[in-house]
Amino acid sequence: MSGWHREREARDARVEAGRAHATGKIVAAANVVDLLEAILEPGDRVCLEGDNQKQADCLARGLSRCDPGRVHDLHMVQSGIVLPEHLDIFEQGIARRLDYSYSGPQGGRIARMLYGGQIELGAVHTYLELFARYFVDLTPNVALIAGVSADRDGNLYTGPNTEDTPTVVEATAFKNGVVVAQVNEIVERVPRVDIPGDRIDFVVEADTPFYVEPLFTRDPAAMTETQILMAMMAIKGIYAEYGIRRLNHGIGFGTAAIELLLPTYAERLGLKGQIATHWALNPHPTLIPAIESGWVKQVHCFGSEVGMDRYIRERSDIFFTGADGSLRSNRAFCQTAGLYACDLFIGSTLQIDLAGHSSTVTQNRVAGFGGAPNMGSDPHGRRHPSDTWMKAGREAQVTGDPALMRGRKLVVQIVETFGEGLVPAFVERLDALELAKKIGLELAPVMVYADDVTHIVTEEGIANLLLCRNADEREQAIRGVAGYTEIGRGRDRAMVERLRQRGIVRRPEDLGIEPLDADRSLLAARSIKDLVHWSGGLYEPPAKFRNW
Amino acid sequence: MGERIIDPAAKGWAISWYEASARARLDGLLDAGSFREVVGPEERRMSPHLPLFDLPRAFDDGMIVGSGRLDGQAVLVAAQEGRFMGGAFGEVHGAKLVGLLRAALALKPAAVLILFDTGGVRLQEANAGETAIAEVMRAITDLRAAGVPVIGLIGGRAGAYGGGGLIAGTCSRLAVSEGGRISVSGPEVIETNKGAEEFDSRDRALVWRTMGGKHRRLIGGADAYADDSVAAFRQVALDLIGRAPAFDLATLEAEQARLEERLTRFGDCRDATEIWARLGVNDPEAVPALATADFDALLANLRETTHDAR
Amino acid sequence: MEKLSFRHATSRALPGAKPQAITGVVASGNLEVLLERTLAPTECTVEIETPIRGYGEVWAAVVADFVARSQPGGLRITINDGGARPDTVSLRLLQGARLMEV
Repeated sequence: MSGWHREREARDARVEAGRAHATGKIVAAANVVDLLEAILEPGDRVCLEGDNQKQADCLARGLSRCDPGRVHDLHMVQSGIVLPEHLDIFEQGIARRLDYSYSGPQGGRIARMLYGGQIELGAVHTYLELFARYFVDLTPNVALIAGVSADRDGNLYTGPNTEDTPTVVEATAFKNGVVVAQVNEIVERVPRVDIPGDRIDFVVEADTPFYVEPLFTRDPAAMTETQILMAMMAIKGIYAEYGIRRLNHGIGFGTAAIELLLPTYAERLGLKGQIATHWALNPHPTLIPAIESGWVKQVHCFGSEVGMDRYIRERSDIFFTGADGSLRSNRAFCQTAGLYACDLFIGSTLQIDLAGHSSTVTQNRVAGFGGAPNMGSDPHGRRHPSDTWMKAGREAQVTGDPALMRGRKLVVQIVETFGEGLVPAFVERLDALELAKKIGLELAPVMVYADDVTHIVTEEGIANLLLCRNADEREQAIRGVAGYTEIGRGRDRAMVERLRQRGIVRRPEDLGIEPLDADRSLLAARSIKDLVHWSGGLYEPPAKFRNW
Repeated sequence: MGERIIDPAAKGWAISWYEASARARLDGLLDAGSFREVVGPEERRMSPHLPLFDLPRAFDDGMIVGSGRLDGQAVLVAAQEGRFMGGAFGEVHGAKLVGLLRAALALKPAAVLILFDTGGVRLQEANAGETAIAEVMRAITDLRAAGVPVIGLIGGRAGAYGGGGLIAGTCSRLAVSEGGRISVSGPEVIETNKGAEEFDSRDRALVWRTMGGKHRRLIGGADAYADDSVAAFRQVALDLIGRAPAFDLATLEAEQARLEERLTRFGDCRDATEIWARLGVNDPEAVPALATADFDALLANLRETTHDAR
Repeated sequence: MEKLSFRHATSRALPGAKPQAITGVVASGNLEVLLERTLAPTECTVEIETPIRGYGEVWAAVVADFVARSQPGGLRITINDGGARPDTVSLRLLQGARLMEV
């Protein structure tokens, strides 16, 4: 048989087989296994929607109950490895090959399975990179996605956690793939159409609402003086100096402390309106005081956050919302925004080496990258100037015609010199290199490469790597802020002092900051309850964060 | 001797009782500069037991005792540091409180204030801790019989659990904040023994509505409700000293009657919200989110929350 | 428990007249520091009890930096450590010296 529509014909045949277990497009939760066994073929590329937050958990349970005699050797292409079922299917032989981005909660198990050879690993991607490959060489045959509600035609409302769904559906539905959506409920009319029904082949009414992890909630009660000190240095030494308006924050306590210092410390420095106005950021509860104090102009979100729905609805001047009033997030667009339209990324990591390479991979955990390598990289395709970007470019320029100079994105690592259990954040050699050797990876899982990092902030000071002129200076600048770690104690003290004279290493006192002022009373909110008060009762924190 | 270098009050911040160390609470509670510590850290009366378990000791064993003035009145005070060993009663910790209460019998201060912050008895020195609990309860009853009010203030991270909950029950009056908790068995203990279906200790909203400050105040288990600030606790402590109940047979019989009635009225309730509804709260679901002023207004409408039984 | 002890010469007495101060709490990742003005103004001692073994060199470096910076002459400093990180130790020492200068 020859022709130009064989893929489509094969797709139609799958959908036809699936219809045996459906009424129209609607499939009962009890029939999920039958449906999946009917539409899947061995060796299929499958995206089982596992986002940073939202999980197609009902479909994941269904897939893990399929008969490995019928469904086997699948190639999973999904951003998040989050649920136990995401890895169970590899143990059962249902899946064999994996391309993914992030595996936070399953980081330990995925490392063991990689060592044990149970998973054939393609690559650990950054989000945008995996999404890009959906359209080139990792296009899914079948996508199993999640939404809040759908009508009988398949029109889908994703709720505030739209996240990866439009991207996954775009790649699958328009290239002869089959799309199955699980929803919490089937309704007469969806609040808004996030995915038009002609892209959805089957709708499963899930037995329980899909699971969402509150990943971005940092309890101000747990914030330490050290984190507050680092946040003060970042605000005064970086945000103020470069006039950073457009930015993205990581999810650590250091950056959450910055958010809570905007209406207090930064306000006293007279920085309101000068910094931190436009964000690519999930709706962090710790940003509420800054929003309520008029610091924030707008925020575009990758996903949502548990408990923030009502607050976002009532702040449509700030957030992107639909005609129905609820948040519209979109991971692919927000990642692109973080890459091209932000002048600063600031985030944390687990290990930094002497050149400034960093990774969150350790010998027994492969957490993956998520979006950090997008945000934390200098996009060479950028062609619009900003004062921040140009200033950083001037600092970095060593040789060449100034007229041909391009700017630099600020990529800041904010780390405490010692992490949990007194584990040093500064190392001679990244564990990622050892891991790559052990499991035979061609490319070591480095999160942010040294040539992208511009500053490192620790409780000891700020190292400005843009101003370093050779590898020696760079190493001593890093040692110079590495505190009492072995790397820090191994510094050339005289050279670090010379770097300090040149402003490459800056101590709190060089910035006019008294470390003893780094007090919790500086925080705009000191508890989750304070955040609720700031929000006027609109923020509804999950029970695990409550003490009332 | 406070822990804070910066005075948050000077910045317009109220000092949070929940966050403050035991020493900072005493600092703000008493008249400025009036606190005199007994058996202070420089005496290094530390636990003789913890080193056997390779555990660090504290100079004051987590119990700070001494005298001071409250709006000019002489008081004796004891404060537990809830962050050291969960504020648990060990040998030295307990002995310092017993000693303070016995001294009060001789000194007859205007009141003894106990700033609870404890998970109960320290496992590593449990016998000494249990003994101390019993001795403290006896000393409190002796004091109350001698006419000295004993006021408990509860609003720390560790709450008043285990033996601390028992001791609280013997005090003349109790003040509690929203974050404060009073109970004997802690959430994890209940879950371990009865299962998560009976009590899910990770459901913090459930924990607080069952054991937390608002619930204890609503059912009369505590006599005053304070905002989470040192200044607010100072004010309620002052108020409570003035209205300590007599410690006589009539009070005890009234207390017994109240407790029996409580069991009859609420014994079949499955959740605190059901109890609140029966108490006459119109919107029980809204109680946890109420701000202090609204909660005070609610209390004012529920006359029966003020009595001497808990 | 590991016990460590350091003695340093100082160039001056720490200003102030406060005889003693205590800061911090013995809790996970935290420590308490007791400072007593009982020594000659030309010396300072620091005694430490810590449950985390093997960090003697780090403690030595933290204490040496603190002494160089604050010149806490006359102070006997005693620390009960709950497994604090070096930056927390530095901060508490500086807080303690500040309290004594009042």
